[in-house]
Amino acid sequence: MSLLDYFRASKPKSASIAKERLQILVAHERSFRNQPSYLPQLQKELLAVIRKYVSVDQDAISVNFEQDENQETLELNIVLPDYQQSDKSLHN
Amino acid sequence: MARIIVVTSGKGGVGKTTTSAAIAMGLAKKGHKTAIIDFDVGLRNLDLIMGCERRVVYDFINVINGEASISQALIRDKNCNLLYILPASQTRDKDALSKEGVGRVLEELSQEFKYIVCDSPAGIEKGANLALYYADDAFVVTNPEISSVRDSDRMLGLLSSKSRRAERNEEPIKEYLLLTRYDPSRVKSGEMLALDDVQEILSLQLLGIVPESKSVLTASNAGIPVILDEKSEAGQAYEDIVARYLGEERPHRFIDGKRGFLKMLFGGRS
Repeated sequence: MSLLDYFRASKPKSASIAKERLQILVAHERSFRNQPSYLPQLQKELLAVIRKYVSVDQDAISVNFEQDENQETLELNIVLPDYQQSDKSLHN
Repeated sequence: MARIIVVTSGKGGVGKTTTSAAIAMGLAKKGHKTAIIDFDVGLRNLDLIMGCERRVVYDFINVINGEASISQALIRDKNCNLLYILPASQTRDKDALSKEGVGRVLEELSQEFKYIVCDSPAGIEKGANLALYYADDAFVVTNPEISSVRDSDRMLGLLSSKSRRAERNEEPIKEYLLLTRYDPSRVKSGEMLALDDVQEILSLQLLGIVPESKSVLTASNAGIPVILDEKSEAGQAYEDIVARYLGEERPHRFIDGKRGFLKMLFGGRS
């Protein structure tokens, strides 16, 4: 810390802003990098199958891939529409 | 069998060619027969940094296409007779490179050389992909700067997935960090990412820090790899890097930098 630094207004240093931005960005980009390449196709086909039985939106389904030290998890999340709607679509 | 080193970064202008030239010269000066290949087809510059631009007759593409033999294309360095340069073609484009062709040339060089240094072009296109494909070791050249760190991380992804070693499920490419253009005074004042910040994100084995140094430009002006400027900080930093790569233990330098009394009083602004 220099004498002049002492009088400068204390605002966050630009290097720590850079570090924070990088950490967020790199973590985000790495999560995509480790995904298996079949994931987008899998998501598309699953959606097609589910739509045969329930009418769901494109956004109502999400496929997440996570990788730990010793296991890989594929998480499938489907938000079903309101009961009555889906009931109707099934029995028509 | 030779050890193939790729010098890579993703981002341009971080010091890949400067580093390639310096470490190839350093390895040769240590008594190892070394070849250095410029993979930047269409934008060759290694010949200038090595000071052999007027001695280029045949190039890498000529050898790949069978228009010249390797021994015809290799240029013996004027400062060290264990160092040979294989320049890139200036008139062709990167599509002239093929995986098989590059593999053949590397295979042939492997018979005769101890180390082969591949100077990668910037970007993640064909030239860069082929420069890393056959590598055993990767020197990831990074500046303490946000876009360079991001691009280095991207290169790490490619090194671990798009190399021959990855395809064959062999032991992965050994990755090393070279932090270049480091300015300790700016790190101290909080305007530049510190070594620890970069390491927290990339977590690579650090081979060395090369401080920002005027001697790098002086060396490239003259066409002499900066490692031969033994008085300069950059030259010494590369000397250390080569020694560490060859297994020597050397304490890291240039992390803190020198600070005079006046600078301490008024803050380092250079």
